[in-house]
Amino acid sequence: MHILPVLVQLAWRYLWRNHRRTIIMLSAVSVGAWAMIFMMALSRGMVDQMISDGISVIPGHVQIHNPAFLDDPSISNPIPYSQAELEHKFGDSGFVAWASRVRVPAVVMSERESRGVTLLGIDPAAERKFTFVDYDRVDGRFLDAVDDNGLVMGAKLADTLETGVGKRVVLMSQGPDNDIADRGFRVVGLFHANVESYEESFVFLGRQTAQEMLRIGDETTEVVFVGDDYRNVEPVYEKVTAAVDDSVAVSRWTEVDRYLGTILKTMDGFMLIWVVVIFLALSFGLVNTLVMAVFERVREIGLLLALGMKPGMVLGQIVIESMLLLGIGLLLGDLLAYVSVKPLESGIDLSIVAKGMEMFGASSILYPKLYLKDVILANVVVLVLGFLASLSPAWRASRYEPVEAITRVG
Amino acid sequence: MTAVRCVDICKTYRQGDVDIKALDHLSIEVDKGEFVCLMSPSGGGKTTLLNAIGGLDIPDSGEVWVAGQRIDQMSKGELADLRLASIGFVFQAYNLIPVLTARENVEFVMQVQGVPAAERREKSLAILGEVGLDGLEDRRPAEMSGGQQQRVAVARAIVSRPALVLADEPTANLDSHTSSGLMDLFTELNENHHTTFIIATHDRRVMRYAKRLVRMLDGRIVEDIEQHAA
Repeated sequence: MHILPVLVQLAWRYLWRNHRRTIIMLSAVSVGAWAMIFMMALSRGMVDQMISDGISVIPGHVQIHNPAFLDDPSISNPIPYSQAELEHKFGDSGFVAWASRVRVPAVVMSERESRGVTLLGIDPAAERKFTFVDYDRVDGRFLDAVDDNGLVMGAKLADTLETGVGKRVVLMSQGPDNDIADRGFRVVGLFHANVESYEESFVFLGRQTAQEMLRIGDETTEVVFVGDDYRNVEPVYEKVTAAVDDSVAVSRWTEVDRYLGTILKTMDGFMLIWVVVIFLALSFGLVNTLVMAVFERVREIGLLLALGMKPGMVLGQIVIESMLLLGIGLLLGDLLAYVSVKPLESGIDLSIVAKGMEMFGASSILYPKLYLKDVILANVVVLVLGFLASLSPAWRASRYEPVEAITRVG
Repeated sequence: MTAVRCVDICKTYRQGDVDIKALDHLSIEVDKGEFVCLMSPSGGGKTTLLNAIGGLDIPDSGEVWVAGQRIDQMSKGELADLRLASIGFVFQAYNLIPVLTARENVEFVMQVQGVPAAERREKSLAILGEVGLDGLEDRRPAEMSGGQQQRVAVARAIVSRPALVLADEPTANLDSHTSSGLMDLFTELNENHHTTFIIATHDRRVMRYAKRLVRMLDGRIVEDIEQHAA
């Protein structure tokens, strides 16, 4: 190992011998690294928000259902536990939040229009911690309690139905005996969501009010649990699984909403491809720099070999030179990414392309997210691929015959 | 004891369409502690012979033995180890590593050998003083004259007390006073440490220091005489 300081010293000095070329290459690496990390931060922010919005709409992190509910989401497949039993099982389990719901398909009718929606009978207090609805931004008011007699719908749905706060609508769904359950409600609030389609899809009732309308006693169709991190739901999943028996199915959010789950997996793959593509562009510059650096000092390499350096040491020196170049470039790129992402974390207003963003479930405010693991990924990929790219010129240098190299002209 | 033995070695270079015999069935034996001067007109084969003895160039045929080991069949790594441990080189030109200072150039071989930093520093400063480069230890080659560079190269070749020193025109670019000082240093190493010297030179002043003169012509030894050194 005593040879390492010698190789590092030589590599460092040779790197700065042609400082102009080194600075140009460093700039390229820094900008490349910055572009990788900045784009990752934007993409992560967008996906995080899509998923977090998506999870807060319906799935939470983990859910339990009657095993038949996922195929037939009707009131005839309820959770086989009473509300009291659920309170007993999960009341003190330490989840960030949990809530039991009635969730069934329904039709809402105004005096002018009707629309198919998802009816959510909720406990407003329990869901406040994770729902996508900002209770304080509701036109009118949100529900107060499980027995609130009002109905809350999205502002967009109200537009479609040509109704509004204070007006009455009729909600209709299928009861437990396959007969029609319906009832008139007064609209007490219109909610706004980041994604317009959410405003068109959901209507909220108090849980007890929904149970009364559907004539199902205190039955519910779904219980939702929220943990600390949607990327790591296993602790919540295990805790819920341990508390229930085979009469219910426990599902992670990735299983409940396969679209969102697939986005998350695809995003990780996309990040890697993005990093590799940028590196490939960089690698041409890197290899060219190293080839030039080797070519212009053939005689000196011959001298090093003649003085007793082994070919492997020459190879190591060139590789170290490349690693130093990439290391410094990455460090600068990381810093640049940090100082450019941090001020944007409060949000980038993309309302000018809001419709486009909404098409794939994203909101018009983008909150970039700089994750350490993404920075590490970009750095590791560049260093590993840079190492491989530098092997060719380094190998070439180490294969020189000392006497031919020393006597080479020009 | 034999330090160097070359047996019937041949080396032919191709220049354009012409084959040039740099070494032509040459044999020579040099004992440990000898001080040998190789003389020849340009193209006589001196540098090729030094390169073959130093393992920098492999002859087309014949055998080269250094310190009892046959080196013409060694791998690149083995040759590098041999050069590092036992041979000091002074090349005709392009002698120094341009990105290192004079002291770092002198320390370089010791650094690769794994000599501790304090010892390296002490030895390198001492030898730079001996070759008359006191105060220039932190200069880079580009900041030194040709003669000063040559003296740094000589200092590097002898600082780790190798058993064999191969020098190709070591006094080229040196004035007569510095040349004499350098040759006195070589003589001192030769006599007190039994370092073997093989020096290729045109310089008659250098020849006076040699105990053995080997005259070469067209890749062959045409005269091999012993003399009383100056």
